[in-house]
Amino acid sequence: MTLVRAEDVSKTYVSGEVEVQALKALSFEIEPASFVSIVGPSGSGKSTLLNLIGCLDKPTGGDLVVAGKHVNALDRKERAAFRGEVLGFIFQSFNLISVLTAYENVEYPLVMVKNEPKSIRKGMVLKVLEAVGMLEQKDKRPDHLSGGQKQRVAVARALVARPKLVLADEPTANLDQNTALNVVRLMRSMRDEFGTTFVFSTHDPRIMREAEMIHTLQDGRLVLTERGSDRRKTND
Amino acid sequence: MTNTFRIAIRNLTRYKRRTLLTSLLITVGVLMVILFSGLSGSFKAMMIGQITDSNLGQIQIHRRGYVSAIDTFPLNLNLNQESYGKIEHILKNHPAVAAYAPRIKLGAMLSNYMETTNIRLNAVNPEKEVKVCLAVGDRIVLSKKKGGFVGPGEVIIPEKLAKGMKIKAGDTVVIVAHNKEGSVNGFNFTVAGIIEDVLGPQGKEGYMHIEDARALLRMEEPEVTEVAVRVENFNDLDAVYTNLQSILSEQKDSKGKPVFEIHTWEKLSPFVSVANMIDLITLSMKVIMIAIVLISILNVMMMSVYERIREIGTMSAVGTSPGKIMGLFLAEGFSLGLISAMAGNAIGLTGIYLLSIYQIRFSFGRMENLLLSPTVKLTELLWLSATVLLVSVFATLQPAYKASKMEPVDALGHV
Repeated sequence: MTLVRAEDVSKTYVSGEVEVQALKALSFEIEPASFVSIVGPSGSGKSTLLNLIGCLDKPTGGDLVVAGKHVNALDRKERAAFRGEVLGFIFQSFNLISVLTAYENVEYPLVMVKNEPKSIRKGMVLKVLEAVGMLEQKDKRPDHLSGGQKQRVAVARALVARPKLVLADEPTANLDQNTALNVVRLMRSMRDEFGTTFVFSTHDPRIMREAEMIHTLQDGRLVLTERGSDRRKTND
Repeated sequence: MTNTFRIAIRNLTRYKRRTLLTSLLITVGVLMVILFSGLSGSFKAMMIGQITDSNLGQIQIHRRGYVSAIDTFPLNLNLNQESYGKIEHILKNHPAVAAYAPRIKLGAMLSNYMETTNIRLNAVNPEKEVKVCLAVGDRIVLSKKKGGFVGPGEVIIPEKLAKGMKIKAGDTVVIVAHNKEGSVNGFNFTVAGIIEDVLGPQGKEGYMHIEDARALLRMEEPEVTEVAVRVENFNDLDAVYTNLQSILSEQKDSKGKPVFEIHTWEKLSPFVSVANMIDLITLSMKVIMIAIVLISILNVMMMSVYERIREIGTMSAVGTSPGKIMGLFLAEGFSLGLISAMAGNAIGLTGIYLLSIYQIRFSFGRMENLLLSPTVKLTELLWLSATVLLVSVFATLQPAYKASKMEPVDALGHV
């Protein structure tokens, strides 16, 4: 069963009398447990598309189905509940809560969204922290972690509630080349371990080559869908 | 809920200096209210005690119309024997009445054989009077007999008057008075003591024995001007007053109008204006405190929301419901109010305790060397704390609502 299905999805922003069409009739599908990259130049609509799939925003046209749900029809409260249930997020600026430790940041969705009891939470948090290699830094606050470590914690936070889909908007943009590659490979290994679908946007050719499927956007249109292996062959 | 408060407390520690300053401001507000309430409340209670226990009594019963004409001491508005008997019967059988004392009020001429002047006299039954006005004996500054009050053939002279006429305890004076028919009568009296003045016109009266007054005024039957009443528990004063008023109002004259009138000390002493002013100032202090809490918490929470827009976006993105985001900010405001209220209460109570040990000595009017020992009621502290918490939550409502209504996509894109 397809995890994400978009049919003629469009998004138009209105600012005063000016209309900006950010996405124009996009149609595509994303399979479960896939590792997908959205690529394209700045302003091509990558972030807008991720926001729509992540139910952070609503399409202005077309039909978008995520995990079997027509997300266009959800109200604010339902979208929040849906995000907590089905989705995980990784942000370019990590967006960790500065007053919480790495452990508490990862625990946050289980406490504030899932209401899991403490005994169950502990096992889930420690397991995912171990998986991303951050168990030893679990008691440190974000300002005592490096960029790569922060993004590992963010990956752990995105995965801890066992979402079906993790969306990552430019997750490596604030990291150096090696760390960026490590983070993407970590994401892929997490996909392998937990079976979670990852969709991430990037500019970086080295990063996009790590994806299994690459969707290329230009001026709000999907201009190319190709396998990551094909892109790797071309570049080689 | 515990986790919400845990995160809320952590958020408060994020901006330590701001939280500390806001908390300090609220703590000082609470502290000022506690200290002021304690001092002013104790001052008021002490002054009321002074006034009611040293000359006025807590409640007074008169024949209807007497109080409005009290300055002229109208003897024709005295209570006759039958009326006094009815009042005595009611008071004797009332469970909340601790004591009552009949009095005759009269104006007279006082002579020391060299000079003559006017004197206002309160003729009392000494045994009953000291049960109603427990501190009346304490006002006697010079006495020919230690610890005694007024007896038959004796008079107690107000301090100012005694000083002006150079009268000492043990001297003989002449008192001359008109009775209600206008005939004049005079007797010699021994000055049993000199009494200090207290606040209000009734605090400048001399004392004589009630039987002497009846003889001086040539009363054919034992009349009474007023009956002073002391209740068992001062806190029940209003309830006892209302009850007695209702019982006494059943006594009607031939025209169907009430025979008696009853007043608490509040209607008889000018100190009630001072007491009301104290209450007003205390209320003003509380309003200022509420304003401090409201403005400081509103300010700090608005800044907090503005500075954490991206964080709110993140919380929302990971699935935190708008209600929980609102709850988190409300918990921050509540926690800030709670910490400040607790600190204010703790420091305030310490201050009250220290003031009660090192009592404040002061003078009020002609009353000197009064010792003020402040106290504060538990209910007052609870009320104060509840107000701070309520206002804290109220002040946080708008910023918390704003945070909960943010669209995650806008909040995450905020720079």
